[in-house]
Amino acid sequence: MVKETSQKPASSSNTILIQGGIVIDPGRVNGRADVLIQHGKIVEVGFPLKTPIRQDSSVIILEANGWIVAPGLVDLHCHLREPGFEYKETIATGAASAVAGGFTSICCMPNTQPVNDNESITKFMLAKGEEAGKARVFPIGAITRKSEGEELADIGELVDAGCVAISDDGRPVMNSLVMRRALEYAKAFGIPVVDHCEDLHLTDGGCMNEGIVSTELGMPGIPDASEEVMVARNLALADLTGVHVHLAHLSTARSVELVRHAKGQGLPVSAEVCPHHFSITEEAVRCYNSNAKMNPPLRTDEDVQALKQGLVDGTIDVIATDHAPHALQEKQLEFDTAPFGIVGFETALPLTLRLVDDGVLSLEQAIDKLTRAPAQLFHLPVGSLQPGKSADVVVFDPKEEWVVDPTQFHSKSQNTPFGGWTVKGKVKMTLVGGRVVYDAR
Amino acid sequence: MGLQRKDLLTIAALTADEIQLILTTAESLKEVGGRDIKKVPALRGKTVVNLFFEPSTRTRTSFELAAKRLSADVINFSPSTSSIVKGETLIDTARNIESMQADIIVLRHPSPGAAENLARSVRSSVINAGDGWHEHPTQALLDMFTIKEKKGRVEGLTVVIVGDIAHSRVARSNILALTKLGAEVRVVAPPTMLPDSIEHFGVTVFYRLDDALIGADVIIMLRLQRERLSRALLPSIREYAKLFCLTPERLNLAKPEAIVMHPGPLNRGVEISPSVADSVAAVILDQVTNGVSVRMALMYLLSGSGERSTLNE
Repeated sequence: MVKETSQKPASSSNTILIQGGIVIDPGRVNGRADVLIQHGKIVEVGFPLKTPIRQDSSVIILEANGWIVAPGLVDLHCHLREPGFEYKETIATGAASAVAGGFTSICCMPNTQPVNDNESITKFMLAKGEEAGKARVFPIGAITRKSEGEELADIGELVDAGCVAISDDGRPVMNSLVMRRALEYAKAFGIPVVDHCEDLHLTDGGCMNEGIVSTELGMPGIPDASEEVMVARNLALADLTGVHVHLAHLSTARSVELVRHAKGQGLPVSAEVCPHHFSITEEAVRCYNSNAKMNPPLRTDEDVQALKQGLVDGTIDVIATDHAPHALQEKQLEFDTAPFGIVGFETALPLTLRLVDDGVLSLEQAIDKLTRAPAQLFHLPVGSLQPGKSADVVVFDPKEEWVVDPTQFHSKSQNTPFGGWTVKGKVKMTLVGGRVVYDAR
Repeated sequence: MGLQRKDLLTIAALTADEIQLILTTAESLKEVGGRDIKKVPALRGKTVVNLFFEPSTRTRTSFELAAKRLSADVINFSPSTSSIVKGETLIDTARNIESMQADIIVLRHPSPGAAENLARSVRSSVINAGDGWHEHPTQALLDMFTIKEKKGRVEGLTVVIVGDIAHSRVARSNILALTKLGAEVRVVAPPTMLPDSIEHFGVTVFYRLDDALIGADVIIMLRLQRERLSRALLPSIREYAKLFCLTPERLNLAKPEAIVMHPGPLNRGVEISPSVADSVAAVILDQVTNGVSVRMALMYLLSGSGERSTLNE
């Protein structure tokens, strides 16, 4: 169903050997291994390799120095801003930011201008992604026309043009009948329906978590219930229609509990969490830092613990960035008027590796949530180093420490609350279709 | 002892000693307002800019008068909301003003935290004259001054704050100031108008006005914003007035010498009955008078006059 973007190898050689690394291909390989790539595809992963390799200069050897070699990361949730908001990000800068963070496949939300609710926009996005030649771009189409929540978008056309899922993103479908119909209609195409779970009436202009901190700061709050009532609605509709509902960026403990219960009953649901939601809390808002403003908002420590537990027991299937670039001048507005969202590609991996350091997840589990699991949920032909697959690979040093400097991001925008953080885990090399698209060795 | 601060942004950041210092200074400056020539040269040659992004008459006038009584030059700057729409940030506006060598910027802004952000970006002293629902510290200070003046102390008094606590910067600043000075604070409002976790501020929550008033020394009435009706916070003004209007009968539930305060402007017949507003218990006009003294004291202390205060925080 999903067409692979054809990435032509730029090098003259058709054979690449990544040697001397620790390969973690979740569920398949975990240990010292070399990776042999030919004509942009994985040929063999093992140690020693069984395939004979010519000992001459036609083979490009990439030394992995004991670093981790994993499938290129897959992000189910990002905003590339093109068309319409090129001053925040373009598909080219977003895709460059992605590969710098180790992501080789990224699914972009339809909240562009115009909205991705027809094949022209979808094809434009795919063409721009191809032209950029960095990460593979998989568009997500709109559920409703202009994401206005009223009439269904031409979903069949969107899927045929290359959309891998549908979502109205930050303008969630409030009308439950429309949502029901969207799910039923999507059944014909075998695509997941992604919902940003938020009852906009309950949010009522809120701009941070509702709780003691919002009370102290005099800031309008967004209650947990704003997310949870929509999670509950979507679970009921998944049950009613039997269609796969993917819940974007869960942020509250009760959301995790609701999904856990639903999964226990065998409902076709999946869920994602963003690194910021398991890394920091509403306390980050205290000095009115607009880079700590996102939707859903940063919650409490109790929620953070529940999200981690959700990752551990599989309630939460994947880690997604919700990469949401905004220009400096927009984030320089006062907290309540600044836009929601932060960039995420270039900090997602090190923030996820903190979970490994803290003993929450094993390294293989962490990589799984960023590769195999997301690819599987959206039926993407990536996320694994299985022979025959496209050679989308990330090589990273899990131990190297570095300081996050937003001015060095490849993204056009710098809106992150993690600037100045010392993190561990540095991407050394990213390959897409056997082509080195990022090299920081 | 001076005020070791560049700015006055919140009551939350002040210690009880700092509050007392401001009140004591205000006390000695109050006398200026009673003179024939209501002026002292303390801030001569200094420039005070009133930067008001929200319409305000009384607070702005009070700051203006305070600055003028200290002999400062005062500029009123009320950017139209259109300049915000045009994309000029608060900081840009403020840097423009700072470039005109303003010594003190008095800011009122609809966004919580605006004063704090501004203070970080300019060298001028910043006084918060109200930031969204967050704080209105000078209102709380003049309220403390008035309570102290009428009651001799704040510590140990039972103070009831009535009305829309959730959307009131006056309530937040007053709760913080009163608890820091050792008063027992009660808040009373319909639950729709109480913010999350308000009890963590050390207050007792009441839903019925009659219950809250018993034994009160001080009653602070908040203004009801009529636009709250459209957000399903209240059934009607009529019902609010029935449940929360301070009438003479209700006032009798408080201590005999209880005083009634209101930050103004009054909604007569809504949160306060005319006969209470005009009674001897009401100290509403004293609050206005004291507002000038307290703001004089603040500007005096922040400008580093007298004992020069250090500006590094």
